[in-house]
Amino acid sequence: MKGPPSCALLAEFATAEQLLAAVAKVRQKAYARSVEVYSPFPVEGLADLLGTRSSRIPFGMLVGAIAGGFGTYALEWYAAVIDYPLNIGGRPLASWPAFVPAAIEMSILGAAVVGVLSMLLGNGLPRVRHPLFAVPAFERASADRFFLLLHTAADDSVDSRTLLQSLAPISLSEVGE
Amino acid sequence: MAHVPQESAAGLLAREESCASITDAITSLSLRRRSGRLWLSGFALAVLLMLGLMFGIGWLLALGVGIWGLNIPIAWGFAITNYVWWIAIGMGGTFISAALYLARQEWRTSLSRYAEAMTVFAVSVSGLFPILHLGRPWFFYWLFPYPNIMKAWPQWRSSLEWDFFAILAYLIVSILYWYVGLIPDFAALRDRAGRGTRARLYGLLALGWRGEARHWRRFETLSLLLAGLAVPLVFSVHSMVALDFSEAVLPGWHSTIFPPFFVAGALFSGFAMVLALGIPMRHWLGLEAYITPRHLENMAKLLLAVGLFVDYSYVAEIFTALYSMDRYDVALTLNRMFGAYAWLFWTTISCNVLTIQFLWWPRVRASPVALFLISVAVLIGMWLERFMLIVTSLYRDFLPSSWGMFYPTFWDIAFLLGSLGLFFFLYLLFLRLVPVISMFELRRLADARPQASADGAQVRS
Repeated sequence: MKGPPSCALLAEFATAEQLLAAVAKVRQKAYARSVEVYSPFPVEGLADLLGTRSSRIPFGMLVGAIAGGFGTYALEWYAAVIDYPLNIGGRPLASWPAFVPAAIEMSILGAAVVGVLSMLLGNGLPRVRHPLFAVPAFERASADRFFLLLHTAADDSVDSRTLLQSLAPISLSEVGE
Repeated sequence: MAHVPQESAAGLLAREESCASITDAITSLSLRRRSGRLWLSGFALAVLLMLGLMFGIGWLLALGVGIWGLNIPIAWGFAITNYVWWIAIGMGGTFISAALYLARQEWRTSLSRYAEAMTVFAVSVSGLFPILHLGRPWFFYWLFPYPNIMKAWPQWRSSLEWDFFAILAYLIVSILYWYVGLIPDFAALRDRAGRGTRARLYGLLALGWRGEARHWRRFETLSLLLAGLAVPLVFSVHSMVALDFSEAVLPGWHSTIFPPFFVAGALFSGFAMVLALGIPMRHWLGLEAYITPRHLENMAKLLLAVGLFVDYSYVAEIFTALYSMDRYDVALTLNRMFGAYAWLFWTTISCNVLTIQFLWWPRVRASPVALFLISVAVLIGMWLERFMLIVTSLYRDFLPSSWGMFYPTFWDIAFLLGSLGLFFFLYLLFLRLVPVISMFELRRLADARPQASADGAQVRS
């Protein structure tokens, strides 16, 4: 996500269906990157309408799992075989079945930590201050209202205000910075 | 997640509920509702018990584990029982939240938040006991592999070391899973808290969440994957708890049935705790609109189903021991049933086998009071079951000269009650400060019903 541009318009809608229709209409006229959509719960198909690429979170989590699991296994092997070998009745030093439990737990932990971090980083969070929070109507984005934000500076090919007004929103406000 | 078909949403959420009414009801529990005398007295009691635990820990650090009734032959007493009991309770919360999410059981929506909170608190409490039980608890970090001047490493082949990794991973993953789900709901609280300290607190916790469509997508991808990770984690962690026992060559412990048996027991006590916490909470906070009779009925069915797994394990354990004709296994089994600790065995059986049979009757499943009593009985039964597993395998060693009984001391009781105090201290704070029901998931459920429009007006056809 890029930082807020000089000017943007925020349209408010009452239902997810109206929002989906509005997004479809705006997308015919404007670039995807100049449209942002806010909803109080994940709306099926909304992200697809915006033409988002598939997420890189699963791949990151796979890497985290492999790093956690194999890293732990390598540490166990190094400690038990090279650095601190204990000869217990001539039993094998690299007793791999005993190394598996810790490695499994750490691979799950690695995947979870990488997943949460990449969700936050991908979403540009934490970001406690945002121009949208200055818009009074936006309070209801976390309750029951649906919002469409159109960055006008990023996309001067359309007359944004006319376009948004043609969608009959409940309210239309300017988001400044 | 796919839109909910009409019939599956029926009975889960009243028709007049809308996105706005859900948000108002749940956020005002944290923002506007006063604590009330009941909450304050419960909190005071919890703090009192917790102070007992804190004092006990200080006493333990000063004098050692001898303040408990531990001795040879019974070197695992209440502490390990408490540990297994608490971590097991955590499992039920994760299962409800994660496994039912993967199975797309919509009714889990109202239960998942407080079940996850229960998990986080129960695992935190449980993690204290293995550390306090170490003998020299201040060296607990020796379990962690780090380069040190002693040039020593942990013993990787020990199930206690596996346990350390299991608890560590489970605690962190369940906190992450809980917190990620809370981010959008903290945002709702932030937006309704006005100005002041609380708005700032919730604003920080919400991390600036705005609910953008691309953000939601990443959020949903992560939730799904975390749920997918949490389910095997639950099974592996509790299997490792079981391996603490079955790695030892003792009759009654050294058995391959232990990991699945422990997982079933964990889910059993976890579901019981979800009911035992949910029924009073629903009544006290007035959440009857969100935790409906159908939720309770489904939980009761789950409790019965997983209880039957546990009961089957009891039968299998006894049968295997007798069928093996191993003299120590046979002696142990007869000892459990008719020896000095027979009262433990039969109380366990009446709580965990007989009591749950009432759940076959629909009228029992429809009665919150009956469900509450049954789940408390199950919780007591599961504590006694772990205690029985520990003491009956230890109190009669292979050598009759080292036989002995376990007698709990004042501090054993204080630690058990103190762990309850610590748990309820955290849980009662959770009830006051954190949205007790996942609002964004409930909003989606409300929106998926065809009749209700988003501003709450009913469109009647």
